[in-house]
Order: sequence, then C-alpha cells, then structure tokens
Amino acid sequence: MYGRKVKLRFLFVSTILLILILTVFLVLKSLEENVVYFQSPSEIKSLTELTNNKIRVGGMVKKNSISMNSDEVNFIITDFKNEINVTYSGAVPNLFEEGKGVVAEGVLKDRNFFSATKILAKHDENYMPPEVKAALEEN
Amino acid sequence: MLKLPEPNKIFQITSKAPKYVLFLFVVVLSVGLVEALILSPEDYKQSDAVRIMYVHVPAAWISLGIFSSITILSISGFIFKNKNFFLISKSLAPSGFIFNIIALVTGSIWGKPTWGTWWAWDARITSMLILALFYALYLISWRIYKNKEKVFKISTFITILGIINVPIIKYSVDWWNTLHQPASINILSKSSIHSSMLYPLLIMTAAFALFSLLIFLMKYNTELIKIKNKGLDRL
Repeated sequence: MYGRKVKLRFLFVSTILLILILTVFLVLKSLEENVVYFQSPSEIKSLTELTNNKIRVGGMVKKNSISMNSDEVNFIITDFKNEINVTYSGAVPNLFEEGKGVVAEGVLKDRNFFSATKILAKHDENYMPPEVKAALEEN
Repeated sequence: MLKLPEPNKIFQITSKAPKYVLFLFVVVLSVGLVEALILSPEDYKQSDAVRIMYVHVPAAWISLGIFSSITILSISGFIFKNKNFFLISKSLAPSGFIFNIIALVTGSIWGKPTWGTWWAWDARITSMLILALFYALYLISWRIYKNKEKVFKISTFITILGIINVPIIKYSVDWWNTLHQPASINILSKSSIHSSMLYPLLIMTAAFALFSLLIFLMKYNTELIKIKNKGLDRL
C-alpha cells in the first residue's frame, strides 16, 4: 500500500524514537537520587553515611508534634514508618499544618535530628469547598 | 493517501472561521471566568489561591496537547512527505508556547503563597521548563532556516527530541518525590477534585482550546496567503 521510501522513513523515525526513549530512561534511572526533590525519613534512616550537604526531607507533619516558641519551631516529619525531628527558626508558610505535607531543606545533625533552613508546605491533590471538608470530617 | 482538500477550499474556511471562533471564545471565556472567579467555592485549605488553578491547569494541558499534536503532524509530514502537515504544526506551535509560559508563571504565582517558594527544581517544574525550551527551539528553527527541506527535517527532529519529555512531565509526580502535587483528575479512578471546581476547570479548558484554535487559524491563513502569493510553492 505504501511505497518503499515511506516504509523506510517510518522505520527511521521509529528507530530514533526507540533509541532516545532508551537513552533517556537509562539516564533518568541512574540520576534517580538527584531527580527526587526530597527524601523520606525512612530513606534518611537507611543512609550509609551522613553528609554535611544541604538536603531535603519530606513527609507529613506528625499530629500534635509542632511546638513553637519565640524563635524556634520544632516538629516531627513522619512517613508513618520512620520519623525525624526538625528544628527551624523563621517564618513558616501559611499551609504548614499538622497532618499535612511538608518539605524541609537543611542539614542533618544525625539520623534523628534535622536542622532546617527553609520550610515548604506541600499541597496535596485534594480540592474541595470547606463545607464538603466539614461534612467529610463528620462522617 | 493523506491528501487534504485543495488549498483554495481550506483557505475559504481559514479566512472566514476566525470571527466565529473569536465570538465563541469570548462567550466561553466569559462564562468560564465568572464560574472560576466568582461562582466556584474557595478551597478548604488554600482558600482563594485555588482560583489560579483554573488558569494554570488548562494552560498546562493545552501546551502538552499542542506539543503532542505538532510532533505527530511533523512525523507524519516527514514520513508521507506532506508539506501541509508542517505548515499546520508551524501554525499550532506559538499558542502552545504561550500556554506553556502561562502555566509556568501562574504556577510560580501559586507556589509563593502555598508552598512558600516561587520556584523549586522538582521534576514536574523542571520538565515543564524543558518543554518551553523545546517549544522555543522549534519556533526558532523556523526563523533560522529559510530552506524548506531543511526546516522540515530540523523542526521534526526537535519535536522527536521534545516528545520524550511529555510522558516524563505527566508521570514525574508519580515516579519521583516532587513538591508538585499529583494529578487530581483521573480518568480511570475517582478524581480528588470536587465537582463544583471541576466544571469551571473544564469550561476554562474549552476557552483556552478555542483561543489556540483561533491563533492557529490566523497563523495558518497567513501561511496559505504566502503560498498563494508565490504561486509556485504548492502544498
């Protein structure tokens, strides 16, 4: 139905696409550690060695874990398997709340203590009006 | 195979359609904006900041859709040696690029009050920036190369390189930890966006799609006029 040249060109484009997909896949696979924006507390626990480099830890702010005093905020980031204590001094974003997602940027003191220099609130994928939220909570 | 109607017939449509599309666009956009900015409820958590989503998400969808379209058109044009496909993709690209920029800018404006930062080098945002670069590269290639055969090949190659990025954008939020939230709208499973917010979003998407169609028709019409004037450069 199609000419030989059409088939050849089709084959040419398909080969290029396949090679590119494979290349990109392998590159991203090997760069995985750098592509992730943050690490979970469990991943921090399983680190073989601690660095002094700036890293990010993300997870949920544990319920009833936030304690604020005049110049410091302390809270716990949990992924429901492991936890990490975070200390931070500075302003927190509006959406920073207990039971909600958070990403902290800073340095590890040890496997359990993290000193943050920046706090980002992570918004989840749920969008709803306040009344619906209230109704959900009642149930 | 794959012969489109005569250029003259297409020209008749592209020169008349824009005013109707413009009218439809204004109507749908007005409805969409009233729905999105006034009638739709505020979010339980981010309150009025949610309204940025009604521009951000449709813009991102359209920019991804247009890049996929220009890739398919360019590859088809290359395989079947059809000049018309290249002209269609050339005319589609500018609005895709604009919506890509709009998605990045509105995302940034939303990020400051919600996340607490204008910009984050997470996988979703970075891959979206890369898409904008591919759009720019594609548009520049049409400006640099005057030789038709050359520009067809080079622009097609750029779309092939760029299309790899499109599934990465889509799945970046599932494959890696990102600051950006995962998709709220799922075709196969239940969506995590309330219907009172979903409808304005869909209306705004329709409005943006109409805007892209309008720009496309105007751009494509210009291309056809160029061909008519030359007379020799037939489709």
